Amino acid sequence: MHVIEAQGLWKTYGKGETEVVALRDVSLRVSRGEVAALLGPSGSGKSSLLTTLGLLQFPDRGSVRIGELEAVIEGRLRVDAARVRRERIGFVFQKANLIPFLNALDNVLVAFEINNRGGREARQRAAALLDYLGLADRLAHMPDELSGGQQQRVAIARALAMEPPVILADEPTAALDGRRSRDVMQLFRRVAHERGTAVVIVTHDHRTLDAFDTVHEMEDGVLRTTPHPSAAPAH
Amino acid sequence: MPFELFVALRFLREGRTQTTLLLAGASVGVAVIVFLSALIDGLQVSLVARTLGSQPHIIVRAPDEAARTLTDSPESLVQVVRPAQRLRSVDQWQQVRGLLERTPGVEAVSPVVAGPGFASRGAASRAVAIRGVEPEPFSRVIDVPSRLVAGTWRLRGAEAVIGQELAKELGLELGDKLRLSAAEGRADTFLITGIFDLGNKDVNERWVLVPVRAAQTLLDLTGGVSSLELKITDLFGAQELAAELERRTGLVAESWMALNAQLLTALRSQSSSRYMIQFFVIVAVALGIASVLVVSVVQKSREIGILKAMGTPTSKVMRVFLIQGAVVGGVGSVAGSALGSGLALFFTGLMRNPDGSPLFPITLEPRLFLTAAGVAFVTGLVAAVVPARRASRLDPAVVIRNE
Repeated sequence: MHVIEAQGLWKTYGKGETEVVALRDVSLRVSRGEVAALLGPSGSGKSSLLTTLGLLQFPDRGSVRIGELEAVIEGRLRVDAARVRRERIGFVFQKANLIPFLNALDNVLVAFEINNRGGREARQRAAALLDYLGLADRLAHMPDELSGGQQQRVAIARALAMEPPVILADEPTAALDGRRSRDVMQLFRRVAHERGTAVVIVTHDHRTLDAFDTVHEMEDGVLRTTPHPSAAPAH
Repeated sequence: MPFELFVALRFLREGRTQTTLLLAGASVGVAVIVFLSALIDGLQVSLVARTLGSQPHIIVRAPDEAARTLTDSPESLVQVVRPAQRLRSVDQWQQVRGLLERTPGVEAVSPVVAGPGFASRGAASRAVAIRGVEPEPFSRVIDVPSRLVAGTWRLRGAEAVIGQELAKELGLELGDKLRLSAAEGRADTFLITGIFDLGNKDVNERWVLVPVRAAQTLLDLTGGVSSLELKITDLFGAQELAAELERRTGLVAESWMALNAQLLTALRSQSSSRYMIQFFVIVAVALGIASVLVVSVVQKSREIGILKAMGTPTSKVMRVFLIQGAVVGGVGSVAGSALGSGLALFFTGLMRNPDGSPLFPITLEPRLFLTAAGVAFVTGLVAAVVPARRASRLDPAVVIRNE
């Protein structure tokens, strides 16, 4: 069974002359443990698809299923989007998006807190997650004391906190150099394979394509799936 | 610590300059309210105390004599001749006294025999108010003993206690003799045993306090009293209590409020001005808190966007800002109360009367601080509603896209 499945998504911004069709009948399926890449030029609709899959915005038409949960049916939201986001989806955004005045441990703890599951056990689990991602000696560091790669690791730890079946990442390596980008992508791969998490990553970075199981390319709101990463066209 | 409180405190700690401005605004607002209330309450208490230093709170007396027609026939030509008011005793005054003493809210009852007369010494003579009183109950209604400037509070046989103005005008000292004549021609001589200063020139000039029995003889009111004078617990409930006493006794009961209507109007105007000033201060503080928090929402939109994207419920985001408002109000109320009290005490110490008493006496009661704290807390909370709603409506997709 697919962990996340989008069917016939349409999304339009603006009206009349300013109308932009961001998604044109887009369908996507990602399985448990799969790492999927969304490639495409700027404005092709990658981020629109990601935010739609993450229930941060809703399609005009089409359906989204997360696990067994029919979240959007024919463009209509059928669930408490905030609840689904906090319980079933982990987000990793561009430039890490950590909360600047919280240290690494507290940034991860936030994910437990908004689920009303704070406390000593949550603290231990947050520390264990950071340890798993190689940041055991950076728990008390503030975001501006961490390198870009380390910040993304904290963001990944935060996304993993509630053990969601899905992680959605929007250009997580955009601010990183080649080596760190590869490290982060390998980390996603490791998480997906070890924890069975479905990971969808928007990226421009062709250097890291070997880390993906599937590559989907978007252009003018249309999604085209490339079966094997090595066959993905270069831009 | 609850998540919302944790984030709210971090937001406040993070925006130190804004938080300082917020707290300063709230504190100054509370300080103004505390200072103003302490000053005006103090002034009013002082003013009322001075006024009532020589007045009972309620006077119960016999009704005025009214004109009565002698025929009921509507065809009769009736000429109404209004009778002159003469000194009359309160009927059954001992029973009435007992009833008054048992009335809740009445602290003390003093029978008084009062009427006009002349005080003379040698060739000098002055119009005075003869007041026959029982020393102990009267001193509980009007505290003469503590206001004696000479002599003792003693009224036995033919002894009298007079005001310092009258003593000065007639050249009287303790142990001197004073001749009192009533309007009907009765006269007696009294020994001065005390001289008082009740803080009212007219009273100091006119009052001659003598024993009840002597006044009854002088004023031809044997066995009777012209009024019963009361001290009550709730000063500002005097009007209602007087009305109740009238209903229960069938006599006339006049409260100090009715007898000092102008003073009461002045006090009410003063209170109204205070409430107006407080209202505008509260509005100004609320607007200040709201505007700073709105700016904070804009500045923290990225963090709010992240939290919302992660699934933080709208209600929690709102509570983060409501708590900030409440914390600002709470801390502001403590700091403002301290500042306001300090200002009030400084102001009181600065300006003093020649006798060393404060020119502006202040009243700092726990009720005042509780009220100020409550007002500040609620103001902070209400002021945070608009920013909180704004924060809760932030679209995380837009915020994240714009980052």
